[in-house]
Amino acid sequence: MNDFLAARSQMALSLGFHIIYSCIGMVMPVFMAISHYKWIKTNDHVYKNITQAWSKGVAIFFATGAVSGTMLSFELGLLWPKFMEHAGPIFGMPFSFEGVAFFIEAIALGFFLYGWNRLNKWFHWVTGIVVGVSGVISGILVVSANSWMNSPAGFDYVNGQYINIDPLKAMFNEAWFSEALHMTIAAFAATGFAVAGIHALMILLKRNVNFHTKAFKIAIVFGAVAAILQPLSGDISAKGAARRQPAKSAAMEANYHTVPYSPLLIGGIPDTLNKKVNYGIEIPGLLSFLVYDDFKTPVTGLDKIPQQYQPNVPVTHYAFQLMVAIGMFLLLIALIYFFALWKKKEWLTKDWFFKLFVIATPLGFIAVEAGWTVTEVGRQPWIIQGVMLTSQAVTPMPGIQYSFYLFTFVYFTLSVAVVFLLSRQIKMVPELYDR
Amino acid sequence: MLYVVIGFLFFAIVLYFLLGGADFGAGIIELFTSDDNKSRTRRTSYQAIGPIWEANHMWLIIAIVILFVGFPVIYSEICTYLHIPLLIMLMGVTARGTAFSFRNYDAVKDDKMQALYNHIFVYSSFITPLFLGITAGSVISRQVDPAADSFLTAFVFSWLNWFSVAVGFFTVALCGFLAAIYLIGEAKEQFDVKRFTKKAVIMNAAAVGFGGLVFLAAEVENVHLAHWIFGNPVSLTAVIAASMSLVLLWYLLSKGKTKVIRILAGFQVTMILVSVGYRHFPNVMMVKGGNNLSLLTNHAPAATINDLGWALLVGSLFILPALGYLYYSFQKKKEA
Repeated sequence: MNDFLAARSQMALSLGFHIIYSCIGMVMPVFMAISHYKWIKTNDHVYKNITQAWSKGVAIFFATGAVSGTMLSFELGLLWPKFMEHAGPIFGMPFSFEGVAFFIEAIALGFFLYGWNRLNKWFHWVTGIVVGVSGVISGILVVSANSWMNSPAGFDYVNGQYINIDPLKAMFNEAWFSEALHMTIAAFAATGFAVAGIHALMILLKRNVNFHTKAFKIAIVFGAVAAILQPLSGDISAKGAARRQPAKSAAMEANYHTVPYSPLLIGGIPDTLNKKVNYGIEIPGLLSFLVYDDFKTPVTGLDKIPQQYQPNVPVTHYAFQLMVAIGMFLLLIALIYFFALWKKKEWLTKDWFFKLFVIATPLGFIAVEAGWTVTEVGRQPWIIQGVMLTSQAVTPMPGIQYSFYLFTFVYFTLSVAVVFLLSRQIKMVPELYDR
Repeated sequence: MLYVVIGFLFFAIVLYFLLGGADFGAGIIELFTSDDNKSRTRRTSYQAIGPIWEANHMWLIIAIVILFVGFPVIYSEICTYLHIPLLIMLMGVTARGTAFSFRNYDAVKDDKMQALYNHIFVYSSFITPLFLGITAGSVISRQVDPAADSFLTAFVFSWLNWFSVAVGFFTVALCGFLAAIYLIGEAKEQFDVKRFTKKAVIMNAAAVGFGGLVFLAAEVENVHLAHWIFGNPVSLTAVIAASMSLVLLWYLLSKGKTKVIRILAGFQVTMILVSVGYRHFPNVMMVKGGNNLSLLTNHAPAATINDLGWALLVGSLFILPALGYLYYSFQKKKEA
């Protein structure tokens, strides 16, 4: 494995790991706050138990997310020093604000976790809300930094010099809103479905049904609403990508040829050698319509992009297809859920109904990983779109593959540990909370 | 505004050393506690750092963000040449943070897993500040060589030298000292007060010993440490103030004043940082060949420094009161 590939793999691994913990760290406090509120209002002890059970999970996820985030703030420099040397002053503002938001989150979490029976109950509740709000703000800020790499703004690049730097303009670049929106909704959808799925499994197994049903209901409302909103935000993101990053957009669609009535491709195996797609379903004109709101305008294909500036087409295409397919499936389940609430209350106790949610447990997070693959692999070979190549940014230190193996080992161990801890938590629900 | 940003950078580093350092120190003390008393130490330190430990480590993030937004060249040089110690330090941060929260939030408290978490926690509490100290020592050691042409000279001897390693151990001893002093004030029983006092004495002696080694190593590696510290009135005053506060600390401790001494310990460590840093300010990174990196010339463009300064000023309006209230309420609850 050469150093460049090792550095990219390590970065991908670290981000892929961190993103799960940050999504959960953003969204779970919101669920906790809802159930905490219900406990204060109704005095129903089940809600207190749910809040406390969730908060233990959050403490584990928050600590893991915090350390992997600390690692990332160093890895940016350890792996991509040339990138940080130039980009730091331009896209650093969201990181500075994020530092503040994250700090506040940590303080509020300290109050929340240790505040049971110690603090005024409403103050205690508000600290939980602060954890959630600052978590969401942190997420939006970090994504805004990433969006700058896709849509660089706030500087002029003249003769290899970065001049006229305006950090706020860089922060509010063209892509920040659509990316932040898409990611925030994704976090709610993925976490909502994952949490709901775990509780659905427990309901199916007939363990503490009352506890798990109440928890399921809180999680699924957020998951389902987010799943319904997500295709709309996806449309905004895809339109933006087509305009700003035609290479990424063409790779997502495996669109090799620029033709009028550009077809939308469903599935298919890209043949990179012959520049065509096998076994896909093409819907003529639909891609043009989705991008330009009319069926005729040709959408830029890979034939208009020099070979050396094209991303890996199969990876980007498969990841994109996977994300969209999961998105559609979650949308369907979300609609079934609301339909059941509205017209078919008897579905809400059926086994097949809960099985559907059990199947969906990991899907949201698979879609999140796929989406990040689209955004990151689709931007290659650039680290700053159109300005700096990823290969120009990599550290001169050799032997990065050993660092990559080390990180792989650490993240693998941590994942196993977190799964182990969560399963112990779930097993302990009857003992700890069934009084 | 540049000075505001530099001020925040030093503020974050000092606070990380004091708060994060005491936090590491709690693990170091636990490491050097006999098995019989380990669980007592653990209970005291958990009560002391439980609610605040996440916040203590935020100062590292703040310092790093200031560095890569405001002084990107310095950040990228440190990350390039000191890649290996930073990597080890990060592994320590990860192992420590996760082990600490896993041992508290594992739903089943069985001896086997608890023992594993404890092991990871105490050893990483030792390794992390050791490599933080090595990194910090290397930054001022003049051993980083931008003209190096081999892997060893560029990426290994930049930090694997007598001076950096001595600074690493000195840092560990200081962290242990800070923690012992802090824990004396947290201990509820006379037995624990005595134990932590003994630890403080040992850590104090270790700090003096390793401090001496740092000077010796500085001579060996040709770092002008003695000149930096004794060659100007400000550094000299800081050193004298640190020594006097140490004497006062032990006097007050003998009088049973267990809370006020932590201020003196913090003051002392701050003075040590001031005495080392003052002479070569604004140069923060001394490299071989003399092209030292100065904060005043290697900063980001004015627009960035300006925005960063405002972000820090406004951010601290939120952070500092909230943090103060966090410390205050848990201190009060413990006493109640």
